[in-house]
Amino acid sequence: MTTSTRPLHLAAELAPGSGRADPGPHTAARTVALARLAEAAALDFLTHDDSFAGPGLDALAVLARVAPETRSVGLVPTVTTTHTEPFHVQAAVATLDWVSRGRAGWRIAVSPTGAEARLLGRRPAPPAAELWQEAGEVAEVSRKLWDSWEDDAEIRDVATGRFVDRRKLHHVDFQGATFSVKGPSIVPRPPQGNPVTVVDATRPAARDTAAHHADVALIRATSAEEAAALRAELRRGARAHGRDPGQLRVLLSLTVDLDAYEGGPGALAELIAGWHGGGAVDGFHLVPAVPERDLERFAAGTVPRLRDRGLFRTAYEGTTLRDHLGLARPLSQYATTGAGA
Amino acid sequence: MSTATGRKQIHLAAHFPGVNSTTVWADPRSGSQIDFSSFEHLARTAERGLFDFFFLAEGLRLREHAGRIHDLDVVGRPESITVLNALAAVTDRLGLAATVNATFNEPYELARRLSSLDHLSAGRAAWNVVTSSDAFTGENFRRGGYLDRADRYTRAAEFLGTVRELWDSWTPDGEPGPFAHSGPQFRIEGEFPVPRSPQGQPVVIQAGDSAEGREFAASAADVIFTRHSTLEAGREFYADVKGRLARYGRAPGDLKIMPGVTYVLGDTDADAQERAAEIRRQQVSPQNAILALEQVWGRDLSGYDPDGPLPDVDPDPDSTLVQGRVRVADPVAVARRWRALSEEKGLSIRQTVIESGSRQSFVGSPATVAAALEEFVAADAADGFILVPRLTPGGLDAFVDRVVPLLQERGVFRTEYAGTTLRSHLGLPEPVWKGGTP
Repeated sequence: MTTSTRPLHLAAELAPGSGRADPGPHTAARTVALARLAEAAALDFLTHDDSFAGPGLDALAVLARVAPETRSVGLVPTVTTTHTEPFHVQAAVATLDWVSRGRAGWRIAVSPTGAEARLLGRRPAPPAAELWQEAGEVAEVSRKLWDSWEDDAEIRDVATGRFVDRRKLHHVDFQGATFSVKGPSIVPRPPQGNPVTVVDATRPAARDTAAHHADVALIRATSAEEAAALRAELRRGARAHGRDPGQLRVLLSLTVDLDAYEGGPGALAELIAGWHGGGAVDGFHLVPAVPERDLERFAAGTVPRLRDRGLFRTAYEGTTLRDHLGLARPLSQYATTGAGA
Repeated sequence: MSTATGRKQIHLAAHFPGVNSTTVWADPRSGSQIDFSSFEHLARTAERGLFDFFFLAEGLRLREHAGRIHDLDVVGRPESITVLNALAAVTDRLGLAATVNATFNEPYELARRLSSLDHLSAGRAAWNVVTSSDAFTGENFRRGGYLDRADRYTRAAEFLGTVRELWDSWTPDGEPGPFAHSGPQFRIEGEFPVPRSPQGQPVVIQAGDSAEGREFAASAADVIFTRHSTLEAGREFYADVKGRLARYGRAPGDLKIMPGVTYVLGDTDADAQERAAEIRRQQVSPQNAILALEQVWGRDLSGYDPDGPLPDVDPDPDSTLVQGRVRVADPVAVARRWRALSEEKGLSIRQTVIESGSRQSFVGSPATVAAALEEFVAADAADGFILVPRLTPGGLDAFVDRVVPLLQERGVFRTEYAGTTLRSHLGLPEPVWKGGTP
């Protein structure tokens, strides 16, 4: 197959198995170098794994540090919703979107272990199913809070002395099973409207939350058929939640050791082209065994072959992560009345 | 700290313009309060001026007035620590201070975030510890607003102590160790995931002038962010706070006293005074005058004419009209004072608010302002200042271009950064490692 009707999306992980991440003072320089490498290859976005159990720096902090030193690549830190405050989490993700000028996402995670619960001391860890339900509620309230400032809420009207039009600022009055939030957000609506929500749907417990809330779902599969079935399941789920499945991208997470990979970067390009062309997935999320080595080989050996086949962009065409993913910038859910409250 | 000139050195910090009426948004030069470029401009300007640190306040709920979102002042801001991590990429030496509430956070998570900032900025992180007890703010959080006002500092003190235990859980040689904290507020245990950060302990700032706040600062803070007042009151405050340090085995230089100050510069003193009066009029729009009145009276006064006389009715002492900002302490006394002022000078509502409102702290030519700043520090009324510009993002430019060189000529301000960390800019001692003995 030489052409594809759907664009190919490529992403990569910066801190595979966050337990092995270098947590020290070289993190900034090292991560900036990796991000620039990925950006030169015009990848859609970079994920940065994280866990309270560490070791490692806070992933959202690392990517905020990277943002001013990159221009185009999307930045997607892992953020847990289990022991954190939803109001703080959405403000931090919105702020990452502001400092990166529209390139932020977040990969929702939960903290299921007792060890993590004891670090925070807030409550014991509930079962995984409840944690993913809560994660879905955090995704929902985050979207409400990002929307709680309509795009044109700031008016700076000298004649009436008003800085904002208060009819365009909204209480969200969210009641979840384990928390409630009044709103509105403290942060004005971020550049993308809603930063991109990524959910790792590998585990069945996360799959409904992914279908309901994710803009990008990550899956794992050992065959194109298995990947296609998972993608179909997620798209059905999205439709069942009243969403347009065309606004959900399904990327296959692929752990790659390009030292050991048979056939090397060229064979990887064959696999990507084959699975994508066959419609199994919308793209790939590369999880490199050794980021410096494997990302370099991927950028130098795999990406050019995909470009030769006309499958992958040669340069960024837009400026935001939503642009790269072909996802529309959503209107605020509160912006429907037009005439105001 | 003194230099070869023998003069006491001034510490300077820059506050991002606030979300209140000190910030003049109606000025045509007023830019975005949220675009990263505004933060970058102010931070780069502060670094060009060799400032100790850049300071961000925090907002956790939009202010409300009479049950509606307050709409007259600049509103909307980013999450502080995230912006500071980004600023670490565009500055090299400038300290980066985040205000973060101890009531609506948890020690493990915040210790990790601050330690991350210290690593990512190579030793420039600071935390301004604030507390809150109000249920209004609590409505945005899992925790809610149940904290008793009296428990605010109890929680803050144990919070800070716990954060420091976490920071000290790695040895200075880079060996991790387990931690376990068990107290009335927090029971946590495990292993801290971040190695000891470049400053060992990020700088701790405490904002608040109450007796409890002073004691808390004396026991645990590196910098106290205080209200600006007269030279005499400043000297009294300075002596009181520094006098509390010995009880905690600390030296006077271990805690820097930095009032938040505003300023207006002009080519001449008269020119500056004229501009200060104009700024005051811009800050108190007719709508803001009525609002200021309602904040004192606690009543709906929207029917009053800002250019007319003050109300005859007395303030409502039990009012809940204003939410999300500090309440006027004794509204009846303030109302009495305002009425007296209005009658004495024949002032309207707006004129009364303008006349009685807070003045710009330092007004004058660059030479006058430089001399006044030096006088405050030399007289032991302060160790330095947190400057609050009234314009985003250019409000610091003139100060750095015109006042800083004069302070340098006087030998009271650095001509280059001597060290790389915020601790070194502030002249604070190396923190003593207290880990290893659970």
